[in-house]
Amino acid sequence: MSRAHWTLTAVVLALLAFPVAAKHWDELFYVSFASRVLIYALAASSLNLILGYGGMVSFGHAAFLGTGAYTVAILMAEGVESAWVSWPLAVALSALLALVIGAISLRTRGVYFIMITLAFAQMTYYLFISMRTYGGEDGLNLARRSRFGFGLELAGDLTFYYVVLAVVALGLYLMWRLLQARFGQVVQAIRENETRMEAIGFPTYRYKLTCFAIAGGAAGLAGALLANQNGFVSPNLLQWTQSGTLMVIVILGGVGYLWGGPLGALVFLLLEEVLSGYTIHWQLGLGVALLAIVLFARQGIAGLLAGAVGGKRSTGA
Amino acid sequence: MSVLILEQTLNGLQFGLMLFLLAAGLTLVFGIMDLINLAHGSLYMIGAYLVAAVVGATGSFALAVLAAVLGTAAIGVLLEVTLLRRLYARDHLSQVLATFALLLICNEVVRLIFGSQPVMLSPPAALSGPVQLLPGFYYPAFRLAVIGAGLAVALLLYVLVGRTRAGMWVRAGASNREMAAAMGVDVKMLFTAVFGVGAALCALAGAMLGPLLAVQVGMGESILILAFVVIVIGGIGSIRGALVGALLVGMVDTVGRAFLPMFLRSFLSPAVASGVGPALASIAIYLLMAAILFWRPQGLFPARA
Repeated sequence: MSRAHWTLTAVVLALLAFPVAAKHWDELFYVSFASRVLIYALAASSLNLILGYGGMVSFGHAAFLGTGAYTVAILMAEGVESAWVSWPLAVALSALLALVIGAISLRTRGVYFIMITLAFAQMTYYLFISMRTYGGEDGLNLARRSRFGFGLELAGDLTFYYVVLAVVALGLYLMWRLLQARFGQVVQAIRENETRMEAIGFPTYRYKLTCFAIAGGAAGLAGALLANQNGFVSPNLLQWTQSGTLMVIVILGGVGYLWGGPLGALVFLLLEEVLSGYTIHWQLGLGVALLAIVLFARQGIAGLLAGAVGGKRSTGA
Repeated sequence: MSVLILEQTLNGLQFGLMLFLLAAGLTLVFGIMDLINLAHGSLYMIGAYLVAAVVGATGSFALAVLAAVLGTAAIGVLLEVTLLRRLYARDHLSQVLATFALLLICNEVVRLIFGSQPVMLSPPAALSGPVQLLPGFYYPAFRLAVIGAGLAVALLLYVLVGRTRAGMWVRAGASNREMAAAMGVDVKMLFTAVFGVGAALCALAGAMLGPLLAVQVGMGESILILAFVVIVIGGIGSIRGALVGALLVGMVDTVGRAFLPMFLRSFLSPAVASGVGPALASIAIYLLMAAILFWRPQGLFPARA
């Protein structure tokens, strides 16, 4: 086995053993924290798929996360509690929204693409604020976590953690396979030189749009998990600062690195958790830390570690 | 009814002009230096807080505005020289991350100094009453002063950018930075100066909007997005575009908020209309922007030909 395989095996084993250790030392709070890190790892990786691999700087990713979360919450308010219905529907609706937004946004380029994705995310944000039946500005409480069947009760944080771990691992694995496949290679080639790819005969617009929709669907899945985790959804999930935070997580972790999303989520949420324990002014420390990373660790954390773990960066971006 | 329309039109004009003050600096920074500055709204917040602090200490609004404009410009120049200068050559992603970090830092520093509670800032006593513009039509004097100040600054900027040598350098920088540098423009100095002027305009907007909205941490974030919408609609790097975009957005937002609920009530139930109306008004400006970008991907007045 290569070094990358060893790293992966070690990470998976650590993730599997983590709740057992937490339970042993009676620190179950950390299990719920770990679930949150995993969920954000999926959300950030979905953004990394379009940002790092597709070269599409989307500033509206919170819209897809929020749509997934709201799908679960609204279905639950209407009495649909099965995860087997609401989670796939969350993915489908977010992917559909991404398809519509992408179809229009991908006609623009560069800064204008950043801004038009932001504009669509803001529209979605205000749309959910206007839905008075489902809480409007105040948000919506979930009566319970989704029903999973097979004798699994998600209300317990331990069970929920393992379900999240399985779903996130599956999501990340599929994304990795996608990037290895012809589709992923074409998308990365388009990022490098779209004109050339077009000249060779690839329908670049359709490839980018498909990639955008897939990322939206994956973010929707993360949103569905997040709604279950928090037991609460509100328009705040769709605020532009959320999109900014997701972007920060990806850049922090490493744009275009496979481990960028998970690493960024881990470090960002850890920073938030540790700093907020010391002072209410923890955002000051977070800001300084982020600034230091921009100035001194240009490739993000995955870039710093690249030599150590043998992580491969897809070049460019 | 006609009084209401007149009043809302003036409100829209007033809001649009304040958006212009914010967008003018943003569009130049964006157009010339190709820098996405998410911390631009923080300068607006800092300006408003400086006004509140100086008014609290001296009681003079005019003195406070002057101090805030100069103080914020100094902070802007300091930021440019120490930090932002390092970001010009970096990609947009790094700029987003760095200025997002800066935004967090500014928010927390202001919170450390002034606390989390919103700070009260009232308009100067001389301008606190209403003025009779037409027989039977009264309008707040302070809002009128805001419109006056906005128009004056717009005119000043127009002359400065369109008619002076410094303005020529700015336009040259916005249309082609490398070429301008090759022709002997001291681009480095120009960047610092433009950033300082942009910061000063932010502070002015903060001073004018502070008494009308609330002076609180996070006040910059919501208005920053509107300023971005304005410059994208107008065309990045174009002052004229920023003015047209700002007035469009200010009008559509204000008039939409005032009349959409009323309009919807004519064919929807009042409960639904009062829920959907404000949201639809908020969405309207983004729809406007998406539509303009769809048909004119470079905005209305692109600076780069």
